[in-house]
Formats: sequence, C-alpha cells, structure tokens
Amino acid sequence: MNQNQQTQTQKPKKKVDLDRTDIPKQPPHIRRRNFNEVALGYTADLAVKEAKRCLECKRPFCVSGCPVEINIPGFVSRIAGEDFPGAIRVLKEKNCLPAVCGRVCPQEEQCEVKCILNKKGAPVAIGRLERFAADWEAAQDHIEMPEIPPSTGKKVVVVGSGPAGITVAGDLILLGHEVTMYEALHAPGGVLVYGIPEFRLPKRIVSRELNYLQDLGVNLVPNYVVGKIKKLDQILADNDAVFIGTGAGLPWFMNVSGENLNGVYSANEYLTRMNLMGGFKYPRASTPIKRHKNVATVGGGNVAMDCARTAARLGAKNSYIVYRRSQKELPARLEEFENAEEEGVIFHFLTLPVKLIGDENGWLKELECLRMELGEPDKSGRRRPIPIEGSEFRLPMDACIVAIGNSPNPIIPETTPDLETGKWGNIEADEATGKTSKERVWAGGDIVTGAATVILAMGAGRIAARSMHKYLIGEESWTCSEE
Amino acid sequence: MFEVIEREMIVPNLHLLTVHAPEIVEVVRPGQFVIVRFGEGGERIPLSVADWDGEAGTLTIIFMEVGASTGKLAKLKPGDTIPTVVGPLGRPSEIEKFGTVVCVGGCYGIGSIFPTIKALHEKGNNIVTLLEARSRNLLYWEEKIKPYSSRLILITRDGSYGARGHVKRGVEILRENAVVPDRVIANGCTFLVYKASKDFAHFDVPIIVGLNTIMIDGTGMCGVCRVTVDGKMKFACVDGPDFDGRLVDWEELSKRRKQYVNEEAFLVHNTGCGGL
Repeated sequence: MNQNQQTQTQKPKKKVDLDRTDIPKQPPHIRRRNFNEVALGYTADLAVKEAKRCLECKRPFCVSGCPVEINIPGFVSRIAGEDFPGAIRVLKEKNCLPAVCGRVCPQEEQCEVKCILNKKGAPVAIGRLERFAADWEAAQDHIEMPEIPPSTGKKVVVVGSGPAGITVAGDLILLGHEVTMYEALHAPGGVLVYGIPEFRLPKRIVSRELNYLQDLGVNLVPNYVVGKIKKLDQILADNDAVFIGTGAGLPWFMNVSGENLNGVYSANEYLTRMNLMGGFKYPRASTPIKRHKNVATVGGGNVAMDCARTAARLGAKNSYIVYRRSQKELPARLEEFENAEEEGVIFHFLTLPVKLIGDENGWLKELECLRMELGEPDKSGRRRPIPIEGSEFRLPMDACIVAIGNSPNPIIPETTPDLETGKWGNIEADEATGKTSKERVWAGGDIVTGAATVILAMGAGRIAARSMHKYLIGEESWTCSEE
Repeated sequence: MFEVIEREMIVPNLHLLTVHAPEIVEVVRPGQFVIVRFGEGGERIPLSVADWDGEAGTLTIIFMEVGASTGKLAKLKPGDTIPTVVGPLGRPSEIEKFGTVVCVGGCYGIGSIFPTIKALHEKGNNIVTLLEARSRNLLYWEEKIKPYSSRLILITRDGSYGARGHVKRGVEILRENAVVPDRVIANGCTFLVYKASKDFAHFDVPIIVGLNTIMIDGTGMCGVCRVTVDGKMKFACVDGPDFDGRLVDWEELSKRRKQYVNEEAFLVHNTGCGGL
C-alpha cells in the first residue's frame, strides 16, 4: 500500500496505522474555570501505542522540519520499545527544552507536516511524544546528567534567558565553555515565563528546565539589565563572545482614539501581570488584576488566543477575539483556535476596532468597530481586509487587550551605537551564523526576526552556538564564514 | 540578593531605604529609578533613587508606605535581604548649564530631586529650591539640600513652617525676590508636579517633571506606564520618567494612576496629595 515508504525503509512491511492517539485534556467547561494545564499528556501506554505508528523512515523527512534537528525516529522508536531513558537521551542531544517544545512548538507546520503519514492525514504525534518523554524523566528521582568536557577556558555571555538564550547556553556549556546568562526580570525564562500562560505551559516546567541548565554549570544572573548596568563593550572586554537574545520590546498599539483608557492593555501587560507576576492568584499574589465582564482581545495570533482564554478563566462573561480578517487567515495554531472556541471564546471575524469609547472616569465602555470584507491578496499572500463603508457598530466592553505584536527590545541597540539594526529596530544578524555587524557578537530570536515562535528562536540559538563554538576554539576567524 | 544597610521612617509614612547594590551605584545618574521587589510573589515597585555612596556601593531610596507591598518594605531591618533591586532604569535627567534652575520637591520627591540638585549645582547652575509639605513634621533633608541651593524656600500647607500655602505661594515668593527661572524641575506626587506645571507655566521655560506611573517590567515591554505627551504616546519607563510638564495630558495620567486603587486596597494616606 505504500510502495515508496517500503523501498525507502528497506524494512519488512509495517502495517500503517492511521489512528492518531488523542491526548487527554481537561473538559472545556472545567478548564475554563482553572489555570491548570489543558492537555494532560499521554500515559505510558498511550505513548507507546502512538510511537509504534512511526514507520522509522531511513531518510526521515520529519527531522528536516525540525529547527533544532532532533533525531525524531530515534527517540520515537525508543518510546515504542519502552526505553524511556533512551528516548530522553536522544532528545537532549539536540534539545535542552523538550518539555517546553513538546507543548508549544507548532509541530503541525514543522516536523509533523513532513511526516510521511501526514499524506494520509494522520502524522505521528511527535510533539506529544516529546512531551511525554520529558515529563516521564521529570517524574523520576534521578535526572541523567551528560558529561561535560574539560574547560576550554573561553568565556561566553548570553543576554536574555528566553528560548534563544537558553539554547545557546545549553549548547555551549556542553562544549566546555564558561557561560554566564543575564536576565533583566527577576525570573528567568523570557517569554516562557512572562508570556505563555500557565494553562499552556506550567511555570514549574520552565523552572525545571532552567534548574537543569544551572546544574550543568550555567551561571544565571537575574535582575540585570545589560546596557543599563554594563554596556555591551564592557562585557566584550571581559569575555570572548556574546549572544544577544533579548526578544520583545515595546508593544504595538492600534493608533486609534481611546487607547490610553483604563481597561485597555497591551497583550504584554495583560500576560505579564498574569504569568510572571502570578496575577491570576491575586489576592494571594500581590500584583493586582481586574476581573472584567466583557473583554475584547484584538488580534489573531497565539498571543491573542492566550489573552482571550486567560480572560475567560478570570471569569469574563464574554471573552471575544476581534480579528480583521476571516478564520482562514487566523495566524494562531489551529489547536489553539479550537481550544479557545471550546472554552467559549467568541470570535468576531472581519471586524476592525476604530475607536475606544470611555466613561467619565476614564474607563473603557464601548468598542466601535467596522465590518470588513476580503479583497485581493496582499504581500503576505493573505487577502487584504477592506472596511465596509458605513458599517460602524458598537460593542459594550469593559476591557480591550491589544495583541497585534511588538517591536524588538530597544535597550541593547540604543546603548550600542555600532550595532547595525533594521528598520523595525531589530538587530541585523547573518541567517547562516547569527553573526551581527559587531565583532564577537551574535544574536538570534525575536530581537532579530521580530515576533516569531519559541522553536524558531531556539533554532536561531542553535545556529549561533555552532558558529560561536567554531570561533571560540579557533576553527574559524570572525570574518571567514561570512564570505 | 541585596542586603539592606539601613531602613528608617524619616517622617511619618516616608521611609529611607539603603541597600548594597554596587553595580547599580557605579552607573546610576540623577533622575533614574530602580525596581524593587520585596519577596517571592511580591510586586515590582518602581522607586526613584534619592542618593548613593560610590565608596560603600550603597543606594538610597525614599518611599511612601501606601499599600501591602510598600508596607512590607517598611518593615525591613539592616541585614535583611531583598531579592530584586534592578536598574538603573529610565533616562537620566538632563544635567547642563541652564542658568537659574528652580527645583521643586515634595513628599518622596524631596529625596529624588536631591541628586539632580547636586549635579546641577556642580555644573554651575544657580539653584533655587522649593520644598513643599503638608506640615512641618513632613519636611526632611533641609540641611542636606541647603549647601547646593542659593536659596531655599519652604512651604507648608498649614503654615507650621516657612510660608503657608502650596506651589503657587512659592511662585509668588520667587516673584517677590525677582527670581526668573531658566528651567523648572519638579519631583513628587502627581498632584504636586501637576501643580508645578500649571503654576510655573507663565515663565515660558521647560518644566521638567519626574512622572511616577504604574509599571511592571520597567524596561519598555508592558506599556502600562504609557502617557500622552504633546499628543504622542510615550512610555514613562524608557522615554521618561522626565517629561516637560507643559505637554503632559494630566487628566489622562491621573485617571490611569487610579486603575488599581480598589485592588491595592490603598490605606487612606493623609499626605494631602489632593485629588490626583
């Protein structure tokens, strides 16, 4: 039945099983009322059952879809053989954050889309299996530590402890370099702690992965704003190489009237209040939050879904997503859209807020919107939304969360004049190496690309770490690989 | 962790906190702030820097006890540690030779304007300082500020010390003494810096106010500190905290500051800060 597959694998014919194993989840009506993780994860039996579906292709396409090149058939086959320690070992060869990536990577457009079984619409659930292996390891008393080679005597500084920085730190410490990682906030993890909600990525998982990194020998310094205390040049004077992974900066607003009304938040503020500061535990946590009744989140990405789902959990009667295009153009992962819909988030597609209207005390009262229709495709290939004249209507609203993106963090570019930046304030870095215009400085993640995903930042970190290592051991000079 | 060197209530409700933070001390400039967090689960509180000692590596803050979080800070003892003191954040105040500079301080702003007064004095400016308090027992650092000021005007709301009144009375005293400012700088609660922006407006010189907004990260990421200045959206944490008070949308700012009043269960404090 699958001739190609058979000749490719040179193995006895394996029965193709198209029954992709569902992941158990909290039922929508229950999870809408708590902040616990939505997906509960595979049991060992479910994981083995799912892993056995893998055809173990000899030239696996899935690996080419993974930004950090995990040996996917390698770890999946070990799960199938119930060798869970083996599975986690294979994962950790390439990925220092398997519990995180198993949860938040968009596998459907990376490894799983390339899976040969995807041709039949039922790719192996690689992400869920990755998560299973990582959670299995965490549940054991003993975490296996890899061997660290003798010190190279080279010192590296990583600025920012988000996914890009974590990858660089993890890769370089395993190669024998001395690594110091600076974090501006009080808790390390970057977007993993301030941005992604507890119900999608429990914070104990992030701290587990960061503890592991510290156990490997990474020196983590929180509460330290590079550029404000020491400038980049001062750090370069005492170190051999620097990686910048400072991620997101100033949030974007819509530039419509009423955006400074009370009850209007940037997604960054709303999520930081909830996640980093634990606002959802207020008043047990001391950072205050509001429990709004009618909440509109503007935008259609994963961040918008996170905000709308958080608002629902905080007791909003109506949590809306207001998006100017149609469902088809929604940039969020399908899974996140479905989760949001199941939890009762109400979608206003083809709707554009044009005015925020407040009451006499400066609180948001209504959202004035325009209906849109789709015209010709624009540069992004998506059909351009066009306002329908005279279609203004108002929605009663007491909170509006603006989730339309942010510019890169400005602190390092502002305090390092000789570092080249692009028109959005992003740091220019070579795609193949992560090298910036400044000698001995590499960069990657959102600070280079603008808002993207956790795994793309990790992929950029992996590329930079490789280039940094070659430079540090003298295999390459600063300039040679740029030719 | 950051060690507490000193913590005392210097006047009712206002506390002085000195912490060991040598790396911040090495680079801090007048007008900047730090974010302090008391403990696990604690809020991030932005507080202006009031003084520092380069040799000892210590940083001093004056803060008002207004709610749960600052209440905890107010109980610190020497030798205690706090997990977060991050900074220096914000743009430093502009320190140039301006000529005659009138420096207005009230409440915690008497502390936070001190480094600016000192630096401007050292630049050769003629400093006229105006300190404002509700009553005599709320004034502090008079002796500390005096050596850097050619004239020190004290105003109390109840007339218990110095002249009776508010900022406006100070402006009258300046006029009586033929003082014409080239620049005005005001630090303190929002009501005070708002009043200063109005009462000095007729001089037609920059009125630099240090704004104290709600903040979370303090590095430009969350945007809760946004204020409208000259019709444009600015972030107090990275574009400020200093702005020209003549251009600030005060009505919006005062409403934004009240966002969490109920949640924070603010103790009603009798500092006479008026309605803002």
